[in-house]
Amino acid sequence: MSDVAISLKNVSKKFSQNGGPAAVGDLTLDMNRGETVVLVGPSGCGKTTTMKMINRLVEPSSGTIEVDGTDILKQNPVELRRNIGYVIQSIGLLPHRTVRDNMATVPRLVGWKDERVKQRIDELVEIFELDHEFLDRYPAELSGGQRQRVGVARALAVDPPVMLMDEPFGAVDPIVRERLQDQFLNIQEELRKTIVFVTHDIDEAIKMADRIAILNKGGVVEQYASPEEILREPANNFVKQFVGVERGLKRLALTKVSEVDVEEGPVVTSDTSSEDALKEMERFDFHWAAVVDEGELRGWVDVPTVKRVKTVSEVKPRPFSAYVTSESTLREALDAIVTSRTHVAVVAIEGQRYKGILTLERISREILS
Amino acid sequence: MIVAQAEGAPLIQWSWITDRPDVVVAKFLEHVQLTVIAVVVGLIISFPLALWAYRHKKVYPPITVSTGLLYTIPSLALFALLIPYTGLTVLTAEIGLVSYTLLILIRNIVAGLDGVPADTKEAALGMGFTQRQLLWRVELPLAMPVILAGVRVATVTTIGLVTVAAFIGKGGLGYFILLGFDRLFPTALLLGSVLSMAFAVGVDGLLVWTERLVTPWSRSREVVTT
Repeated sequence: MSDVAISLKNVSKKFSQNGGPAAVGDLTLDMNRGETVVLVGPSGCGKTTTMKMINRLVEPSSGTIEVDGTDILKQNPVELRRNIGYVIQSIGLLPHRTVRDNMATVPRLVGWKDERVKQRIDELVEIFELDHEFLDRYPAELSGGQRQRVGVARALAVDPPVMLMDEPFGAVDPIVRERLQDQFLNIQEELRKTIVFVTHDIDEAIKMADRIAILNKGGVVEQYASPEEILREPANNFVKQFVGVERGLKRLALTKVSEVDVEEGPVVTSDTSSEDALKEMERFDFHWAAVVDEGELRGWVDVPTVKRVKTVSEVKPRPFSAYVTSESTLREALDAIVTSRTHVAVVAIEGQRYKGILTLERISREILS
Repeated sequence: MIVAQAEGAPLIQWSWITDRPDVVVAKFLEHVQLTVIAVVVGLIISFPLALWAYRHKKVYPPITVSTGLLYTIPSLALFALLIPYTGLTVLTAEIGLVSYTLLILIRNIVAGLDGVPADTKEAALGMGFTQRQLLWRVELPLAMPVILAGVRVATVTTIGLVTVAAFIGKGGLGYFILLGFDRLFPTALLLGSVLSMAFAVGVDGLLVWTERLVTPWSRSREVVTT
């Protein structure tokens, strides 16, 4: 089997018969198995139309679309849709059915036995960390965030290999949205579905995508690449403009601290003598040093305090107000650097294990690379 | 025979009513029967027409114009016009009564279906509902409050109109109203009117209760916690 899960070849869609502009002109796009492809672009770029052609809610005017090697235009559309998870911005929960019945919708359409449906709902409740008591509520009794989670859970009910998501986290406030995005990324890490995700928000695209297709009016693909590549080498002015300013900062948000080499900084232990501690600081031209005992970060001491004592053990190290872990992004590290008095981010892994430091120079080298 | 109200006599002669319980019950049941047949037949005719109008917007105006015209024909005239063809029969009464339900029922069925959110329909189709499943499992249940509101208005209207059919001898409780009118006899007039009104109020309440029963989601508590 090929690695391509969804393949669009020379697909077009015209809504008006009498020669108006095509919603999608001539689109060719391959999506790999287990990959999250985000279609992003300004309104009118045909991103939603493109998605809806994959489950034939919109019939293409020409071209071929294959899902898992099967020409979907020759398939029964109802069968096709039952095999593709579908989430829309307004979620589209059936208001007259309880959460439980909403999640059971597709399993029942394809004829699962009650026992199996029940079992699957229990699994989904666990995966999405839903509350069991919600199951008997109606959608109107849930908050926006809960509804979105139920909507995504429902789309996964029969474990379809392909999911279509049209701004699935659009209708909630930014804080809830971020939480839902993180939760979904975690779930997707496990499930590795082939996902087509539509959004107008480039930041959401960068966060969710393995690959981003940036579309222009008429479904023209301006660039189709990983978020990293789009930020590093935007293909043209349209992409550059769409991605916007702060491209460097956005790239930093994609890189984890663990992916870069941290630098050595001044380190002393409690047993270090005052004299040696001052030498250590001088070596780095710092006026402070990290106190690390057997790998564990205790805090920091500075020149004036060390000068007053004989060994470091006589002073109480002050805690760092900001440090980052190997799981933090470089963007968070940058934030720590510019807000800390020392202008350095101290890297600790798994809690308090000291690893090294990050400086502004190190991070700007990363932006320029 | 004209029985004029005697000077100083009570407004209601209870004995006149208690003397003929069989007639009262029979006329009441006839009233119920005429009403139920009219509304049920009205629904059977309205439903496919409304569905047709919902699916094909072009046929909606001609359907509402023609049923609207039917609605404007004075009921007494309609019955009179039908007598040469269908005689003094239940059929004559029902043709009139059914005609008057159509406009209300069709309008409400179409409005109810139109009110189903487009997103809900799209999500249902996207999950793999067939058109038929969409209609029966999503559109009609969601349209039910508006459809039932139409049934309520149609039923209450019909209950009132049935009394007019007394002129062709098929008027249920209208029989007493006509009798009371002919003979200036308030007891019969009041008996017919009060029972007819009580029936209408009772049926209306029953339909409100039915609506609550079949649309449990619409009275769900609004709980919003994130």
